[in-house]
Amino acid sequence: MDNLKEKLKVQVIERLNLKDLKPGDIGDDQPLFVEGIGLDSIDALELIVLLQQEYNIKLSNAEDGPRVFHSIRTMADYITANSGAVKVST
Amino acid sequence: MNVPSFVAGMGIVSAIGSDLRTNLDSLCEKRAGIGTMHWLSSARHRALPVGEVKLSNAELAAITGLSARVPRTALLSCMAAKETLINAGWEKENTLRTGFISANTVGGMDKTENFFKLFSKNTAAGKLADVVHHECGSVTELVADFLGIQHFVSTVSTACSSSANSIFTGARMIRAGMLDYALVGGADALTKFTLNGFNTLMILDKELCKPFDENRQGLNLGEGAAYLLLSSEKGLKQLHKNPVACITGYANANDAFHQTASSPEGTGSFLAMKGAMDKAGLQAKDIDYINLHGTGTQNNDIAEGTAINILFDSGFPKMSSTKAYTGHTLGASGAVEAVFSVLTIQHGIIFPNLRLETPMKEFSFRPVTELLRNQRIQNVLSNSFGFGGNCSSLIFSAA
Amino acid sequence: MKDYIISTGNISPQHSMDVDAFFNSRNETSNNFFNALEPDYAAFVDSKMIRRMSRIVKMGVAASTTCLRNAGVEIPAAILTATAYGCLEDSATFLRKMIEFDEQMLSPTAFIQSTHNTVGAQIALLLKCHHYNNTIVHRAFSFENALTESRLLLEEGISPVLVGAIDEITYDRHAILSRFGLYKRDSGNIAGEGAAFFLLSKQPGNNYQAVLKAVQSFYKADIVQEDISKFLTTHEMDAELPGLILHSETVYDKTKGKNYRVLKNAFPGIPEFAFKSLCGDFPTSSGFALWFASLLLKEQKAPVWMHGIKFPLKNIFIYQQDGLHHSFYLISSD
Repeated sequence: MDNLKEKLKVQVIERLNLKDLKPGDIGDDQPLFVEGIGLDSIDALELIVLLQQEYNIKLSNAEDGPRVFHSIRTMADYITANSGAVKVST
Repeated sequence: MNVPSFVAGMGIVSAIGSDLRTNLDSLCEKRAGIGTMHWLSSARHRALPVGEVKLSNAELAAITGLSARVPRTALLSCMAAKETLINAGWEKENTLRTGFISANTVGGMDKTENFFKLFSKNTAAGKLADVVHHECGSVTELVADFLGIQHFVSTVSTACSSSANSIFTGARMIRAGMLDYALVGGADALTKFTLNGFNTLMILDKELCKPFDENRQGLNLGEGAAYLLLSSEKGLKQLHKNPVACITGYANANDAFHQTASSPEGTGSFLAMKGAMDKAGLQAKDIDYINLHGTGTQNNDIAEGTAINILFDSGFPKMSSTKAYTGHTLGASGAVEAVFSVLTIQHGIIFPNLRLETPMKEFSFRPVTELLRNQRIQNVLSNSFGFGGNCSSLIFSAA
Repeated sequence: MKDYIISTGNISPQHSMDVDAFFNSRNETSNNFFNALEPDYAAFVDSKMIRRMSRIVKMGVAASTTCLRNAGVEIPAAILTATAYGCLEDSATFLRKMIEFDEQMLSPTAFIQSTHNTVGAQIALLLKCHHYNNTIVHRAFSFENALTESRLLLEEGISPVLVGAIDEITYDRHAILSRFGLYKRDSGNIAGEGAAFFLLSKQPGNNYQAVLKAVQSFYKADIVQEDISKFLTTHEMDAELPGLILHSETVYDKTKGKNYRVLKNAFPGIPEFAFKSLCGDFPTSSGFALWFASLLLKEQKAPVWMHGIKFPLKNIFIYQQDGLHHSFYLISSD
């Protein structure tokens, strides 16, 4: 689980081109959107594609976005709950 | 100088008809044009409903006289532009100053897609004939050359508000005495590029769209072209024509909130509508009908509705979105809806907002859901809002 | 009609962001393309905003910000942008992915940033500017038509107007235009790019750069001498000829170009300069020429690498030509 969270941080930074951030700067429970890291609705769509490409998880309803992408922890939980088959390597 | 701009003629091709008459009939008979993809060849999104023009490129070429190899947007543009000039009685021999100000969002992208299939693997491959009209301006010039208009040629591109802006660029030039006639409007063909682009935004309804409905799920894309021939008073005399309507107000504002999303309070929409009314010297009570931008997305309809709620709280005019008929025709939508707005004035008819079942709970107003005839319509407000916060409103008034 | 160019901001293959450097050294290229010298964008946009921006957007934002800063104006009354090709990099990125991934698993950012109004929209967004905002995309008339619209806005009392010309070189653009034969070795033509912004006003203010007297475009095969003489007469220039001609001909064209001969005959003995040797070839390069003209008129001196101009310099005539698109400009010191 910790591995997944660390990996997610790297992927989020890379995907969203957050050049000023290092994985260590993002807290597991820090809100990713507005008041936290400051992501917006376009980022949410990018994260949906990230889930699809990297974890083979399809989030078909954009309205689930805010809940799933609230923080690194909620993302990791969602991935774990939805992908028994995915092997998370370090 | 302050010369009014009259509407001397109109032309349109859309999912609900390939000329003005058919569009009017479809609007009156509640006949929508959105359905299964036929001309667009998207491998992965065949299930998405779209508002296609029911003519192939070959058919469009045969009707217009342009080559079938030019971008579909140029074919659609030519079709509607020709009808407009005929409708207005304008001929090539007319010696007054005529400008062509068109709009589109992706130029010759349909052909560029073909080119890129090969080019992306090998930069020496792909037919150059497929990219030669990639530029938005090139599509306009194909049609300008065909029509023989060269005094002034221009293209506007502000996403979904593009052709509203081209319309008032023309009105402004006539007002300033720089042109006698301005053929204004816009065109956009469906492309895989735009379909896939809107799909990534997750705002395409998998069913037929329901603008301003509580349960709306997004928009349907459409295609088409529409133009108006704006004329000065001097120009009208030469055409021996009574004007159909005139443009009395126009305004452009920027929402400056987000690259794609509208602000929840509808700042840009509010400023555009208010600006157009101020320009026309009209107050809320003077507006008889609003042709809504009404795309059917959660975001647009709430923003536009909120702005209307504030601006017209003293009494709501009749209103409807006609995008449930045509789909969202992007660069053409401002012009398509300008033509519908003028038809409203001309025929005293208000077109219904199709498929509206449950009005949005946020608002006390409710768009018109049945065709209304014998209306006295003096002033119509037409809204076009787009990506990049570009919001424009036009007001047409009975001449 | 007089409109004042209050300030400018220009990113180009030359040192146009630093006037002293520009006057003292000329940047050259040995390739058949000429990339802009880009500033450190961190001075213009915060990192959160910049992360999605492609080069054309960054160039546009930095040039427009410089222009406004130079004038000390925070919010213009209107923003007009002109681009012939639009956001090519993002368009190609999305197109490639669409083909590569077979219309699946595409992300939205490139598409969102591909629309032609992206630069104008981003400027408005950064400034929180709700005012008039338009984008003109008509080949080598994009900038001229945007200027015409700006001047009409000024006439209506909407002032000051921020107007700019922006186009970018991309790998694909260069590959495609090379295949069209644009940059053949013997043509002297090299690809260019840049972002040139201007703040225009009806009022001169305390420290304006130059006066924009006229812009006129012609959509036809070739210009004739009468076009020039009519233009000069209309703008009360029959008695004196301009002190400098900036034109878009390339070095090699000039012995054979028909339009160039017309120009030569109309302005006998007047010093001339081929401005595309500084910025490269692109349809909105007249933005660079207007910037260059404004600077010479303001500074009243020539760069060390430019010779034969007499000062005081009162008027500059610009001739921009690209295919069937011809434009004349008249710029004055007062």
